[in-house]
Amino acid sequence: MALIVELALQGVQMVLVLAVAPFLLGITRVIKARLLRRIGPPPWQPYLDLWKLMHKEAVLAHNASWLYRVAPYLVFAATWVGAALVPTYATNLMFSWSADLIAIVALLATARFALALAGMDVGTAFGGIGASREMMIASLAEPAMLLIVFSVALVAGTTQLSAIAATFIDSHVGLRVSLGLALFAFVFVAVAENARIPIDNPATHLELTMVHEAMVLEYSGRHLAMIEAAAALKLVLYCSLLACLFFPFGMATLEKEPGDLIVGIVSYLGKLLVLGSLLPIGETAVAKMRVFRYPIFLGGAFAAAALAVFLLFVSRGL
Amino acid sequence: MQSAAFDIAHLLAGGMLVLSFVLLYQDRITAVLNVFALQALALSLSVAWQALIQDAPHLLVTAAIALVVKAIVIPAALHRIVRRLGIHREIEEVIGAGPTMLTGLGLVALSILLVLPVGSSVSILVREDLAFALAVILLGLLMMITRRNAVTQIVGFMSLENGLVLAATGAKGMPLVVEFSVAFSILIAFIVFGVFVFRIRERFDTVDVTALDQFRGERGEHL
Repeated sequence: MALIVELALQGVQMVLVLAVAPFLLGITRVIKARLLRRIGPPPWQPYLDLWKLMHKEAVLAHNASWLYRVAPYLVFAATWVGAALVPTYATNLMFSWSADLIAIVALLATARFALALAGMDVGTAFGGIGASREMMIASLAEPAMLLIVFSVALVAGTTQLSAIAATFIDSHVGLRVSLGLALFAFVFVAVAENARIPIDNPATHLELTMVHEAMVLEYSGRHLAMIEAAAALKLVLYCSLLACLFFPFGMATLEKEPGDLIVGIVSYLGKLLVLGSLLPIGETAVAKMRVFRYPIFLGGAFAAAALAVFLLFVSRGL
Repeated sequence: MQSAAFDIAHLLAGGMLVLSFVLLYQDRITAVLNVFALQALALSLSVAWQALIQDAPHLLVTAAIALVVKAIVIPAALHRIVRRLGIHREIEEVIGAGPTMLTGLGLVALSILLVLPVGSSVSILVREDLAFALAVILLGLLMMITRRNAVTQIVGFMSLENGLVLAATGAKGMPLVVEFSVAFSILIAFIVFGVFVFRIRERFDTVDVTALDQFRGERGEHL
């Protein structure tokens, strides 16, 4: 019986992230549209888009290989596993032991690798340039992300997400500059990884500025639906990672009473809503960057994360 | 209480270090001046907090001096200078932002490695303050080296001085006389700098100090 409950709780988590992902995307679009004085689509529009794409014919290029057809599912699967592992409403779920921060970074890297290969597979110029830019961003963002992981792990003493969240909820961690810096760096990395302004514009098909859209330009039908769902899931993943690492309050920890679980789910949805409204506000406040300025943007994140690790060493005295 | 005291001191001193990095990174002149004012504000808060936890009221005077002179008077004057020189909209070429940041990180690591073994006998608070202060000083020096505009070089010097004050307040009991003389020497230095900047401008029509290089005697012989 206990096993079934555990399995069900893990299942709730998996379904929850998948169900909420298009809505989060829709919220950011609505708020962004309102900030630009447009009315914008309703927040459930991404569900309708996905539904429509699922029922459309998938057009393939003549020279597309099996990789091109497999990549969308691979990307979706890797991202979904990652998003389902990050603790959202409760810690210590059934598969929480495998929810290691480094493993999640690796899962996202796998998804990105598959997508970049697929982008180059058909051999169009757009796919190639998108893949090369995506890889450049990844090579800059991943070191910063790993340093963030180290700084959080040094505070909590583990890289396992559920244990980190539990440590931060229970014990008094205090005011830490390092965690603030790590948060700052994390926001930069998350913006870059999710292809948002100022790194990439998710709403454009203007060739000069495309990164993510350039890679997936050739996709259509259910393949495109998979990729779009994966992109929405990635946004949820980063939001829940942020919530889990830096604002873990409200999560149900050891005892999984129904009341705690409801509080956990409601607070999780609230956090997503807040993050989903902060993102478009930040996006409208800044301008898109030139590609050559990415190293400086992500270098800032790297510097902040490195500084966070250094400061931790000072406060513990090596 | 001890832990909260430590945390807030850590936060303020760490904030100064972060602002040093922002100074290193920022390429708009007015923004550099604003960040410098913010750093001075962080300094004065940090000093005031030290005054509270060390129970040393004379440090409050130091904090007040830092607040008035460095967070208000000098930035306002620099803003005036920049405006009168007509360079307030200028974007400065920072020489190699990436390598500079990496060098800065290296300097921070160096200062931590230097201070930690030395200060193992004193309290963790003092040790940490010294490490941060040394890092701020080195970053100020780095800023003076990497900038080409005379005004931002001055800001680098002033932020170096912020680091000195931080170091002095962390170590218990700096005499007030020293603090006063440092504050006044900074003001005098600032006046000299101000006059100097206008002289450079008058001579060379720019405050980019690379323009001075051509007038150095040895250049011509080597080339």
